[in-house]
Amino acid sequence: MANDPQDENPKEPTTGSEGIPAPQGAANLIDTDYVIGQDNITASPLGIDVDLHGKVFIFSSIVILLFVILTLALQDQMEPIFNSMFSFLTTNLGWFFLLGANVFVILALVLIFTPMGKVRIGGADATPDFGYLGWFSMLFAAGMGIGLMFYGVSEPLGHYGTAMGGITMGEDGLRTDWAPLGAAAGDQAGAIDLSMAATIFHWGFHPWGAYAIVGLSLAIFAFNKGLPLTMRSIFYPILGERIWGWPGHVIDILAVFATLFGLTTSLGIGATQAAGGLEYLFGIPASDTTLVFLILGITLVALGSIMLGVDKGVQRLSQINMVLAALLLLFVILVGPTLMIATGVVDNLVGYVTHLPALSMPFGREDANFSQGWTAFYWAWWIAWSPFVGMFIARVSRGRTVREFLISVLLVPTLASVVWMTAFGTTAIDQVVNNGITEVQDAALELQLFTMLEYLPLSAITSFVGITLVIVFFITSSDSGSLVIDSITAGGKVDAPKPQRIFWALIEGALAIALLLGGGLAALQTAALTTGLPFTLVLLVGCYAIVKGLMSEPKAK
Amino acid sequence: MFHKIMVPVDLAHLEVIEPSLQAVADLARHYDAEVCYVGVTSNAPSSVARTPQEYAQKLDAFAQERSKVHGQPVSTKTINSPDVIADLDDLLIKAIDDVGADLVVMPTHPPKHVDVIMPSHGGKVASHTKASVFLVRPSANKSS
Repeated sequence: MANDPQDENPKEPTTGSEGIPAPQGAANLIDTDYVIGQDNITASPLGIDVDLHGKVFIFSSIVILLFVILTLALQDQMEPIFNSMFSFLTTNLGWFFLLGANVFVILALVLIFTPMGKVRIGGADATPDFGYLGWFSMLFAAGMGIGLMFYGVSEPLGHYGTAMGGITMGEDGLRTDWAPLGAAAGDQAGAIDLSMAATIFHWGFHPWGAYAIVGLSLAIFAFNKGLPLTMRSIFYPILGERIWGWPGHVIDILAVFATLFGLTTSLGIGATQAAGGLEYLFGIPASDTTLVFLILGITLVALGSIMLGVDKGVQRLSQINMVLAALLLLFVILVGPTLMIATGVVDNLVGYVTHLPALSMPFGREDANFSQGWTAFYWAWWIAWSPFVGMFIARVSRGRTVREFLISVLLVPTLASVVWMTAFGTTAIDQVVNNGITEVQDAALELQLFTMLEYLPLSAITSFVGITLVIVFFITSSDSGSLVIDSITAGGKVDAPKPQRIFWALIEGALAIALLLGGGLAALQTAALTTGLPFTLVLLVGCYAIVKGLMSEPKAK
Repeated sequence: MFHKIMVPVDLAHLEVIEPSLQAVADLARHYDAEVCYVGVTSNAPSSVARTPQEYAQKLDAFAQERSKVHGQPVSTKTINSPDVIADLDDLLIKAIDDVGADLVVMPTHPPKHVDVIMPSHGGKVASHTKASVFLVRPSANKSS
């Protein structure tokens, strides 16, 4: 790359604020005196360099430690508190999650078609840091890879069961069934249609809409506006220079909390499920020892991956997983009910779009169990994960236009979810409905995928691929999560010393083991989910910031 | 003997490279060599620069400043990376060929135990290039 920006873009207005050259090509830097890392503490204890944002690092560490100690010490007391907090949120504020998520999706969809879609992340002449395949693999692996493995079979089956069961009323006149919308009592075709639409609804536009909003707002404010790559930056249009003070610290600390506990608890719970799979397949007892070794193994590989970095570590692992997942998908499509899946993709897409307005309606819902227990739960979950996934997506998306970004973060993954859910869901439903195999339905949630695969040929191989996918998806979550937490606690620096990212990966593993052996995984996961509420507000601010930020950006040619 | 000296520069930690800069100046004058200052910067805003272009500008200013000290011709090369910390060594090794340097002068820390897990940048570069590499320890400065 040339060393002189003047040679590169002779005709571009190359200066932003105070004579700072703009990013590649025209862009509109925010005029601020804040120097990234100015509040950081740098030291070299024991010959290991550290460079951390003093307040964010110290306070988030204290909050994390406090929560872990409290949960370990007072398990019986903490779990009900977290649970009632969370059920209060989904019961009373479910509408808020649903409404917020709709706003994210609508804004993201609208932006694709407006002239603002032409703005390029990183400046009008920026070139992408990653190729399409690598970029998309990373988006997908960070976003929901692991969930698709667990819920691809169980969720369509679950909704199918409740939809077939029809509506049941309690004595208080409230519905006691968990079926989506008006159910489809005894109507097999209707129940399949509704269950697939409901599943795709939870894995389609809405989660990716939340990710897209966080990712896009952060990317614009970091790469085009020159602010640090950390959550607080998207508040600049509202809070201005105050984001460098406590309001900003609080947002960042909350992001660290949600990301670390989200990751740690899913690492712990995921290891339990993976161990369940190993026991089911190979008879390896799912003892504490197995679990600890699984977490150690995942942490070790994640460590190796973050040492190698985004390009050679995370990207490569994500690509490997993408290929494996595609092979497994192709296999299920070919040996499963191929015709049913093929027509199912179209039918389910139509069903999804048809049911979308009713499913996403925040008010006047009769299916409270479904809309609060399923949908609001999922939305809180996706939104609590969005700082992590969004920040990671932002980091790898420089050089893409807003339109390209939204199509790849919103439309393509949704389509991929449709195909995945259809293939796995239809195959499982076909086993139950047409072949009278009920084992899949009866199996424990985490084993349903493997039980389904058992009734297909070559199950020893495919189940092994399945377990590998689960484990590698955990590794890619763990390494990208460590990078994100490191960057937030370093005040938005992405080039903080290497030992820091190692530290966070180790903390994740250590906490997961402590919580696994000491109990309290589910409780802390619930605590992480409650951050979905403040982050819904953060994301709404993100929506405003995106529009505001994009309006002042020059369009790419 | 040497025509072009490549000097990796970390603008965020100039104090670290200070000892080696004197060696660079002396060598450049002695061999009448060109000095190419190479900087690797993250694509995301950093403590040094809010854009990679600003980094390039600062590196250029730095090189001109050094040119006044040693009087030899200077050039610069700014390399962008999405993950500087992880890619640094590979990018520097590649840069040696790209700029056509026959000598690399860079500072390095004394050997320590952590090197087993995280090898020093200087050591890694030296073991992966055909060019000559001169690693300057911090103590070299104190005695001079």
